[in-house]
Amino acid sequence: MNNFLFELKEGLLISLRAIRANKVRAILTTLGIVIGIASVVLMSTAIKGIDNAFQKGVASLGSDNLYIDKWEWFNNDIPWWEMRNRRNLSLDEYKKYKDLAKLPVATAPTVWSNQTIKYRERSVEFIILQGTNEEYIKTTNLSFSGGRFFNEIESNGGREVVVLGSEVAKKLFPRGGALDQTVKIKGHKFKVVGVLSEQGSWVMGNFNPDNQAFLPIQNVFKYFQSENLRSVTFNVRAANSTMVEAVKEEAVGIMRRVRGLKYNEMNDFSINQQEALLKTINQTVGVIQIAGLFITGLSLFVGAIGIMNIMFVSVKERTREIGIRKAIGAKRRTILGQFISESAIICLIGGMIGLVIAIILSLVINQFLPTSVQADAFILAIVISIITGILSGFAPAYMAAKLDPVEALRYE
Amino acid sequence: MNIINIEHIAKIYQVGSEEVHALRDVSLKIDKNEYVAIMGPSGSGKSTLMNMLGCLDTPTKGIYDFKGNNVSQMNDNELAAIRNKEIGFVFQTFNLLARSNALHNVELPLIYAGVSSSERKERARLALEQVGLSDRIHHKPNELSGGQRQRVSIARALVTKPSIILADEPTGNLDTKTGEDIMALFNDIYELGNTIILVTHEEYIAEHAARIIRLRDGLIEKDEMVTKRYVPKKNGASKV
Repeated sequence: MNNFLFELKEGLLISLRAIRANKVRAILTTLGIVIGIASVVLMSTAIKGIDNAFQKGVASLGSDNLYIDKWEWFNNDIPWWEMRNRRNLSLDEYKKYKDLAKLPVATAPTVWSNQTIKYRERSVEFIILQGTNEEYIKTTNLSFSGGRFFNEIESNGGREVVVLGSEVAKKLFPRGGALDQTVKIKGHKFKVVGVLSEQGSWVMGNFNPDNQAFLPIQNVFKYFQSENLRSVTFNVRAANSTMVEAVKEEAVGIMRRVRGLKYNEMNDFSINQQEALLKTINQTVGVIQIAGLFITGLSLFVGAIGIMNIMFVSVKERTREIGIRKAIGAKRRTILGQFISESAIICLIGGMIGLVIAIILSLVINQFLPTSVQADAFILAIVISIITGILSGFAPAYMAAKLDPVEALRYE
Repeated sequence: MNIINIEHIAKIYQVGSEEVHALRDVSLKIDKNEYVAIMGPSGSGKSTLMNMLGCLDTPTKGIYDFKGNNVSQMNDNELAAIRNKEIGFVFQTFNLLARSNALHNVELPLIYAGVSSSERKERARLALEQVGLSDRIHHKPNELSGGQRQRVSIARALVTKPSIILADEPTGNLDTKTGEDIMALFNDIYELGNTIILVTHEEYIAEHAARIIRLRDGLIEKDEMVTKRYVPKKNGASKV
């Protein structure tokens, strides 16, 4: 054991001397490993950040929510054309459902329309207008930076009021003061009664409430599109997560009645849950993970080839030294161990440098994507660099170990 | 008892389509505490014989018995163990590790023998003292003269207390005076009871030995005791 440690120490000293003697060459070779390890660590860190952002985005939907919809959102079984041929869900059906449903704490119909909102000379294009009712706010975790959501009277009366997402408000009113102003949508005037605070889940894109505006659902049908153009989605909130299943069962029963389905007919609607979204996201992140790590793994592979190359050169250069060592009694495995540990040490040094670079760069990435290098990335970097060193050092070390002492001693 | 017992060994190299008979048929015995010189012109097979004796190579034919071990049948690792334990090499070009100091160079065979660090250092220091270099143990080879380097390599050969010391042209890279000092050192080592095999092509160097084996064309031409052995004055080595 002591002997092994001595050889390891000796191997380390020899390799450090060899590195010092060939600085430029060593730096260039190690660079491959540095870049490889840095990119593997950064990639795994970035993927973690993406995953976190997705999870946060999903969490903003609320785990106690159900969405009754014409479409199954994250569907693997039902063909899309079958869903397309389903009857749209209507506002009337929503009202029937609402009257019959006892379990939900809040229900809201939603229908969307893509519109441009104008305030004086400013305008914001391609905004998702959500037509809904006053209970919508109870089915979400949204909060306000000013004002309020529209109330039951405004909703039922179809008043021309609107609630703006933070990003929309910022673009229309860069200096603030959106409340009580009148904005124009497709030429119709709407009074701003509330502005949402920033929700900041960028993964949701246009479905991020920051980029949306909310108004009573009747107004969507009155001003922007016919009732039949798009199916209405019912947002349903259960009292808590243990109630979700019961609410779902009830919803299926009520909806089948409302839609007049016979016992042998399939459901022509779907009840969507955050869980399904999570599943899809996990799959997506998994794919990104595999692809990302594969690509960065390639750069590590290139680095490993560099190390292997330099180790071959090193073995060639030190043929005589190997001959001496063998002549005075070094066994094959001793020589093998010496060169493998040398390459492992070079890779480890490269890996450590790469790790430091990754940590610095992750601070930069952190500006866009909240993330940080985790402890497991440390271990990953160290283990991967040592394994890379051992694998790339093996062939040169084997060549060294196999050298014939007579020829090695004769080598000039 | 014989340390080395060689019977009808031959070594054939394949060079392209041609067979080169480096050794044709060589038999010899070497006893404990002999001082043997192997001589011959280049191409006589003396290097091949030396590699064979040093267990660096195995014969194509014949039997090489080293202290009861059949070397001709051994694999790489067994040969390495024999070299480490039984043979001390002294080369013409010294063959020291350039980046290591004298002490570490002498220590090296003990590392491969698995000797503990403290014992290793002690034995290496003693060996260096024996060759008269106790004041140079932390010098690297490039900080030493040719004669001093050869002394380091002799210390390295002695440190494992081997059965034979195999010296290949040990004075070939040294001036006459320094060469004479090194030969005096070998004589001291011989007189302490060691077995020395000296490979050389210089007649006056060979005359330091007690027995001369002359090779020609892969065969032993002559194997005779030296009648008027040249014994140098004591120089450099201290008694242990």
